[in-house]
Amino acid sequence: MDFRLTEDQRALKRGVRELLDRRFGRDALRAAVDGAGPAGAALDRELWRELGAAGFFALRLPEAAGGVGLGLPDAVLLFEEAGRALLPGPLIATHLAAGEVPGAAEGAVVVTAVDPSGLVEWLEAADVVLGRAEGVVPVRSVDPLTPLHRAPVSGGTTGTAETAETAETDPASREASLLTAAEQLGSAARTTELAVAHARTREQFGQPIGGFQAVKHLCAQMLVRTEVARVAVYAAAVTADPVEIAGARLLADEAATACARDCLQVYGGMGFTWEADVHLHLKRAWVRAERGLAGAAAEELVAASL
Amino acid sequence: MELACTDEEEEFRARLREWLAAELPGLPPKPDPLDWPARRAYDCGWQRRLYDAGYGHVHWDASPTQRLIFLEETERAGAPYVGANFVGLLHAGPTIAAEGTPEQRDRWLEPVLRGDEVWCQGFSEPEAGSDLAALRTRAVRDGDAYVVTGQKIWTSHAEAADWCELLVRTDPDAPKHRGITWLAMPMDAPGITVRPLRTLAGSTEFAEMFLDEVRVPVGNRVGEENDGWRVTMVTLSFERGTAFVGEVVACRRVLGELARTARKNGTWDDPVLRRRLGRLGAEFQALWRLTQWNVSEAQASGGVPGTGGSVFKLRYSHARQELYDTAAAVLGPEALDLAREWNQDRLSSLSYTIAAGTSQIQQNIVAERILGLPKGR
Repeated sequence: MDFRLTEDQRALKRGVRELLDRRFGRDALRAAVDGAGPAGAALDRELWRELGAAGFFALRLPEAAGGVGLGLPDAVLLFEEAGRALLPGPLIATHLAAGEVPGAAEGAVVVTAVDPSGLVEWLEAADVVLGRAEGVVPVRSVDPLTPLHRAPVSGGTTGTAETAETAETDPASREASLLTAAEQLGSAARTTELAVAHARTREQFGQPIGGFQAVKHLCAQMLVRTEVARVAVYAAAVTADPVEIAGARLLADEAATACARDCLQVYGGMGFTWEADVHLHLKRAWVRAERGLAGAAAEELVAASL
Repeated sequence: MELACTDEEEEFRARLREWLAAELPGLPPKPDPLDWPARRAYDCGWQRRLYDAGYGHVHWDASPTQRLIFLEETERAGAPYVGANFVGLLHAGPTIAAEGTPEQRDRWLEPVLRGDEVWCQGFSEPEAGSDLAALRTRAVRDGDAYVVTGQKIWTSHAEAADWCELLVRTDPDAPKHRGITWLAMPMDAPGITVRPLRTLAGSTEFAEMFLDEVRVPVGNRVGEENDGWRVTMVTLSFERGTAFVGEVVACRRVLGELARTARKNGTWDDPVLRRRLGRLGAEFQALWRLTQWNVSEAQASGGVPGTGGSVFKLRYSHARQELYDTAAAVLGPEALDLAREWNQDRLSSLSYTIAAGTSQIQQNIVAERILGLPKGR
């Protein structure tokens, strides 16, 4: 048994990180945020095609079908990097549609999907919408880089039992949940990194604030949360077991939101400003946490397995 | 990234499973937790059975994956854990195996593996708990022996032990981490007084130990004189890295029993409690995966577990307490009855965030050694 990443997987992760650094680094992120109007940001179609050319969407298609022929664990590493970079767009829906919707694999066609929660991301930017999108209304999205619409949901709220059942039986919905967890993991790792870097350099009372136990312990707990989520997400990618995926979602959602909050705390007043990236991580984490198998439904699914 | 075992490992698992199924029905009943001679006999008897079947060495000589399989299978089968042999098998043994001379390995390892000799841990002192390096028990060289005087506290398994892994100060003038030496002290030496301490769980897991000019042969020193801190760090990395592995499997079993009880007594219908159990399911599954991750890392780095053990210990110690608090919620008023299952374990779980380095100390370790934050206040 060797749970660690293989050399190929490490290379894949490095490659994606380099690509995203080059094509969607901090300046591009801030430009996208600042360029976002009241209706939200515009999708960079050129970047989308570049992601397609790099195999982002075709990663799991067989080589005979023009894909890269890799598996779910590799996809998880890809989406972890996307989450880390706060890469915008309906990435998961397009990735899952590759091979089904012509053009999706190449990044020529943008695909979005109506989530079980009733939310639709990037509806206006998408060429193809999967699911029933009749009667959707725009939402003033909390995340400047995720435009949202909301479909009317019968009966007021979504049923957790129903969501849990879909998550258990529908492979696409399972994979969407897992890839969401991978994005959350990447974000949690990134905010941990940001907090630690800040704690090492920011001085107060004549010393780096990372020397104070109160700050140190916040950072230590961020790492613990991230690493626990990491093994949960990686293992779920290996087994593709619905209960394990639900558990990974729970831990990754918690890691992303709690680490972003703690990072904001370590940043202090600076963290509460629009200029710091912390709020972008927190807001995106909140949006992701509503997708697919969220919170109570995931808890119910794991409980039912006990 | 894979979780499958090799064919040889699966063979090892199958043989072990078969052996456990044959062996466990003949095991004597568990002794009273307050009766130390009976506990010692029971735990050493189990260790002897393991030894005779070829599994005695598994805690430090087998590959990390085999050790994992061993712990998984023994827990799953409901076999005894190391018990009174905890220090010998998971602490002193691995330390002597890694740092001892060939003569020392010959002298001490075999009796531990055979279940003939029990060890206790003499690290902590009244003024040196979490600040372990502040210890003051003195050892003065006199010919071919160290003469040891001082006091130890929270000495695990002292009542049942033949040997003590003892930390002493051999150079009072050196910086506090540098003047420490690691000794193997025979518990029948003149000058040792052991006074059991009663824990809040009612048990007598550990004791106070008073040392009055106890003579320990120089040949019982493991590592160099004044190099005991480094030797101890090796021991502690074992303690944090692998010592709690078997318990995660046990916690997962308890969680399953808890869910069954909740379904029977109606508390399952409370969605808040049910979801709490679901979250615990996710938590312990992840802790099991973290264990496999750490073992993979240890296997790749040559066996000595790294700082990943601190990450594990921090999360696990809290999860364990949450598990037994949830058990109390499922039991309701029965949670006040010590004869009822899990309540004793609930009390014992309170020690997990304190023993083997408090959660606060572990957070400092994670922050300073893994994240590279500055040392400070």
